[in-house]
Amino acid sequence: MSQLLITNARPYGEDTVDVLVTDGVVETVAAGQSAPEGAEVLDARGAVLLPGFVDLHVHLREPGGEESETIETGSQAAALGGFTAVFAMPNTDPVADSDVVVEHVWRRGAELGLVDVHPVGAVTVGLGGERLAELGTMADSRAGVRMFSDDGRCVNDPLIMRRALEYASALDVVIAQHAEDHRLTGGAQAHEGAVAARLGLAGWPATAEETVVARDCALAREARARLHVCHISTARTIDVLRAAKAQGVQVSAEVTPHHLLLTDSRLSGYDPVNKVNPPLRTAEDTRAMREALAEGVIDVVATDHAPHAAQYKDTEWQAAKPGMLGLQTALSVLIETMVEPGLLDWHGVARVLSERPAEIGRLPDQGRPVAEGEPGTFALVDPDAVWTVRGANLASKAANTPYEGMRLPGSVVATVLRGRITAQDGKVVR
Amino acid sequence: MRHLLSAADLDAGEATALLDTSDRLREALLGREVRKLPTLRGRTVVTMFYENSTRTRVSFEIAGKWMSADTINVSASGSSVSKGESLRDTALTLSSMGADCVVVRHPASGAAHRLAHWGGTGPSAGGAGIDTGGATTGTPTAIVNAGDGTHEHPTQALLDAATLRDRLGGIAGRRIAIVGDVLHSRVARSNVLLLATLGAEVVLVAPPTLLPTGVDTWPCRVSYELDAELPAVDAVMMLRVQAERMHGGFFPSAREYAVRFGLSEDRAALLREGAVVLHPGPMVRGMEIAPAVADAPNSAVLAQVRNGVHVRMAVLYHLLAGAPE
Repeated sequence: MSQLLITNARPYGEDTVDVLVTDGVVETVAAGQSAPEGAEVLDARGAVLLPGFVDLHVHLREPGGEESETIETGSQAAALGGFTAVFAMPNTDPVADSDVVVEHVWRRGAELGLVDVHPVGAVTVGLGGERLAELGTMADSRAGVRMFSDDGRCVNDPLIMRRALEYASALDVVIAQHAEDHRLTGGAQAHEGAVAARLGLAGWPATAEETVVARDCALAREARARLHVCHISTARTIDVLRAAKAQGVQVSAEVTPHHLLLTDSRLSGYDPVNKVNPPLRTAEDTRAMREALAEGVIDVVATDHAPHAAQYKDTEWQAAKPGMLGLQTALSVLIETMVEPGLLDWHGVARVLSERPAEIGRLPDQGRPVAEGEPGTFALVDPDAVWTVRGANLASKAANTPYEGMRLPGSVVATVLRGRITAQDGKVVR
Repeated sequence: MRHLLSAADLDAGEATALLDTSDRLREALLGREVRKLPTLRGRTVVTMFYENSTRTRVSFEIAGKWMSADTINVSASGSSVSKGESLRDTALTLSSMGADCVVVRHPASGAAHRLAHWGGTGPSAGGAGIDTGGATTGTPTAIVNAGDGTHEHPTQALLDAATLRDRLGGIAGRRIAIVGDVLHSRVARSNVLLLATLGAEVVLVAPPTLLPTGVDTWPCRVSYELDAELPAVDAVMMLRVQAERMHGGFFPSAREYAVRFGLSEDRAALLREGAVVLHPGPMVRGMEIAPAVADAPNSAVLAQVRNGVHVRMAVLYHLLAGAPE
């Protein structure tokens, strides 16, 4: 029997209690508990206790991109960021479009044991957008895939998307769409608007996202399928989602921390650390994202953690790969943009970072309430801490954080996965 | 002025000083048997061209040579660039070898900004130019943007301004139309910025498909009707229609473009007396501009090329020797 007593914790920022976890399950939530013999004790020192975070959108780069990230370094970053489950996107080399590759990713994550690594399967073979991958085989594999996406590419062909949604509806899996009409974004380098016009960067129009989301909502309604929209970035996409949800379409959506905080005003120096897909947009868009997240039109925050080694970023803008680190800064950005302005309380944080993502990804043992009989899977948060982001100090192999040098609020005191501490005081616990 | 990356780097005073220097250099060279000034003797100017451009490259090379700088040309093909070396490594290598100034033409917008960001140190002022592992010695290598993607081409704007100043006697208060593929034009971006800085009234004339979203934030006006604008302008600048950048159907046909936006003889007749015609070259005669218009007395096309050398001499002079008091 293994026991962990977390003392002086404040579930959802409320009254201080002690939480006893026995063999991965919460046994007692009560103040003033004494540690049973042999129990490990974690003094939370008044930290906010939340269910462990679930990230529906990360790139762990393994297999094939190990110069930028591995499942090991990505798992470390996840644990340090308060995450207890992550969904690893399939745009690896080879692409995760078969049971062989998804089982490899799943097994490697389980061996490390720092965070539950759930592979996302490709919707189409090789992310080619032409032929459906073996969704059923991947769903039935040991990896138990519950989310499919061609992320990085859009399932652009409406017929393929329709078939994918229809087929998925029988498996209770979700299709996560990277909404970008590639016909409208050929060569695109930056949000189409005043900044791109001045900098001479080919524009990525907001309409390339909005039209695909509108189309997919219509297809999902007809297919009675579950649709998840990755990294939404424009104010009008929110209007489309709101209307679809009002009509009962089973659609969910995520926003990244960087689309909550950063705008295309950062592009002036052409530093590709700010290059990401979809691109950073305007202050009007970030404001709309925050409001829609508070309102619930946007369901979850997902990082789109996308490590890139220096040689892919320290280049001219158009040669650089799009993507930013996100796992270790997500909570802080959420506190900065949502909690401190009063748009979300700690229950809200639990909702967008843990409960809803676990529902969408069909994880029965994640995103659960802090209560007796529930999994002992937590993130402990010190909301009063302030820290300065240094890419070199982050656990990821790459250092491409757009928040370099920025002072951000809130830190993860500890992360607990089924009663086992995976990270504590900024260090990974093995 | 440490670098010249954008026309926006120049305020009215600096821009005017450059144009004045350009005029003085032209006068200094006038009638000389040996067209060489000693101003930049011992300085090294490297032109690094990742795109073909005979006129801009030769213009910079002549500018450097007439000022006695050692000018060295590096082209992307046949160098380590074609072997996959990164822009950063190429730039740092050149500057470590002793370039005081790197003039760069690159297909990526912002390439010159990146070079300036990466730094690199020329040898002359500080002596050694030794790589001290990040710490810089000597003066930073000056970067001149000779055209970066669809962003800017500031020396083109300066030579256009020099030409307009000659022909119109000044720039402030003059109305200048810029016509054509604004969307893909670095010449247009630099000209809008510089001409606005110098007090001109700029109007862009193009079909909506060749104007960038966000153009409404630029210091200029936009029009779709060339015929409506021509009678009131002091100068009209025809842009090159960059066929190689036309991925999609920005306009239905070359014929329709020529009819609606080409500077035909009939259309040129709408210009008032003394109005100047400019074109940055190379010209597509017939489509953008009628041959007779390009060669007419009010065409300043060759004057632009001539002024290009003097303006680039002035830029190198201000960057490497400092602006004269």
